[in-house]
Amino acid sequence: MSDAERWTPAEDLGGPAEPLLKVERLTKHFPVKSAGLFQRKRVARAVDGVSFTIAKGETLGVVGESGCGKSTTARLLMHLIEPDAGEVIFDGELVGETLGLRELRRRMQMVFQDSYASLNPRLTIVDSLTFAPVVHGVPAAQALALASELLEQVGLDPKVVLGRYPHELSGGQRQRVNIARALALKPRLVILDEAVSALDKSVEAQVLNLLVELKQRFDLTYMFISHDLNVVHYIADRAMVMYLGKIAELGPVEAIYAAPRHPYTRALLAARLSTDPQARTYAVALEGDPPNPIDPPSGCRFRTRCPLAAEVCAAQEPATVEVGPGHSVACHLYDPASGNREAQANV
Amino acid sequence: MESSVATTMTPQSLKAIRSPGYGSLFVRRLRADRVTLACLAILVVIALAAIFADHLALADPLKTSMVRRLKPIGTPGFWLGSDELGRDMLSRLVYGGRMSLLMGTWPVANAVIVGGALGIVAGYAGGWLNMAIMRTVDVFYAFPSVLLAVAISGALGSGLKNAIVALTVVFIPPLVRIAETAATQVRGLDYVEAARASGAGAATIIRVHLLPNVLGPIVVYASGLFSVSIILASGLSFLGLGVEPPQAEWGLMLNTLRQAIYVQPWVAILPGAMIFATSICFNMASDGLRAAMESRS
Repeated sequence: MSDAERWTPAEDLGGPAEPLLKVERLTKHFPVKSAGLFQRKRVARAVDGVSFTIAKGETLGVVGESGCGKSTTARLLMHLIEPDAGEVIFDGELVGETLGLRELRRRMQMVFQDSYASLNPRLTIVDSLTFAPVVHGVPAAQALALASELLEQVGLDPKVVLGRYPHELSGGQRQRVNIARALALKPRLVILDEAVSALDKSVEAQVLNLLVELKQRFDLTYMFISHDLNVVHYIADRAMVMYLGKIAELGPVEAIYAAPRHPYTRALLAARLSTDPQARTYAVALEGDPPNPIDPPSGCRFRTRCPLAAEVCAAQEPATVEVGPGHSVACHLYDPASGNREAQANV
Repeated sequence: MESSVATTMTPQSLKAIRSPGYGSLFVRRLRADRVTLACLAILVVIALAAIFADHLALADPLKTSMVRRLKPIGTPGFWLGSDELGRDMLSRLVYGGRMSLLMGTWPVANAVIVGGALGIVAGYAGGWLNMAIMRTVDVFYAFPSVLLAVAISGALGSGLKNAIVALTVVFIPPLVRIAETAATQVRGLDYVEAARASGAGAATIIRVHLLPNVLGPIVVYASGLFSVSIILASGLSFLGLGVEPPQAEWGLMLNTLRQAIYVQPWVAILPGAMIFATSICFNMASDGLRAAMESRS
């Protein structure tokens, strides 16, 4: 057993039935600079009452357009931004009460999109990799052994890479280093915020396979944020579709991809590129940009772009309804109680 | 998880594979830059002469002589002439350099430490602390720098120490701004987020991640301030607020020799020429250093 292995991951507390992460009504409203001195204070509702769980060992894919609150959710979970309201429960422990931030950050780590900006340009790879373990009290020599071990795990040669600076590596190599850095604290949950989006396709595939491998080897749980639906289909067990700070649809990947319920999910999936020439699409699935989160539309936030919007959609916010095993959707079309005329037919 | 490399990797073997890094790149670039090297050489000569003035077998810079007043350049015994009280110009220029360089470096060094620290804290903390620091700095910005220096040293009274304090206060605001801007930029980058996500404290993050990336712009800006500081200090002495006679200082010498400008113009402009040469060299050298420190590839 090497020194590095004695630095063990946090133990499993709640057992397999307890979700690794439970998020309750997580909310973040960013204050917006008001136009004038006497104007009322306005806020951008970046994340608005988001609740979900991540089971142990699964991969939760999070998809949505830019600005839908995917990355803000990730940063709220890491407590890089303080949430306004809501609870985060990590393996049965309430973050901020029974589980301190420092300890949370050992158990939950994050990989960012921009592989270059995520590495300090003035530090060699070894310094970047050993930073976190040293902060957590691992002796320098042991941290060094751990760093070279981790580099091997992510498919890089420590002899070549350890002494280099970030600008001397390729994008794929840098992202592998970032993954290694996230694993240096032996976390149980890794949040991958568009971690493969900036890589070119062949490298992206390699890194995705690496992520799948590492997940098995280290018994990890992933929250995989991406705008690429195909990638989420490939890697995720469940998918969460976000729109303007809210969850539109949440359920098993196979169920969602086979039969998307929410009109937004349908539009997203229809806009996907296909390699099949027969499946060519001409109609634009969804036009324009999402509305401004400073003044989101009343009722359902998607109604301004929804082809199926009815009066009730403007009047009241849709409740989240169960449409299948573990599959929920926030749309009046599936809620018989909503008064939407078509709802009865859908259920 | 067993691997042979992991166990053989030691700090010694790591040293062998470490990249050459910024230091050597910086030196390599600087070597190719003749102008910068020449300016640095001139500055070193002036500095060495000032430091070792006592060992240079110069005439006494304070010894006056009524008969040898205002001798031209090249007079035997007075190779750079003599001033209005018959003191040896060469000696006074060298000893004056001592004062002038002191006035050039001390205020800047103080301001870098104080202003840099304030700016980095403001930039990293953000929020109300940033507001408090930056708005206070803005108050000082409202005054023209020369006026501020004159006002402060006027209020504190003349003397070397007070002049240094006055100049330090003048240089702090721009340095706070530079440091704050750089720190704010770096703070938003993912590697600082990643460091925060690793559970490191603010002090550690500032030391390891912020400081090395913020120091560049601060040092470059500060190197350009040396010449400004020398000139402002000369100005204060010229106004009678800095160094007091009979002490030699370039600005003060320029002031006292001003009346002799029609009698011995070449001698009278010597202190000014020294100020000019030193500031030009500082400016050129700082430009060269800036270029040598720039981007990585």
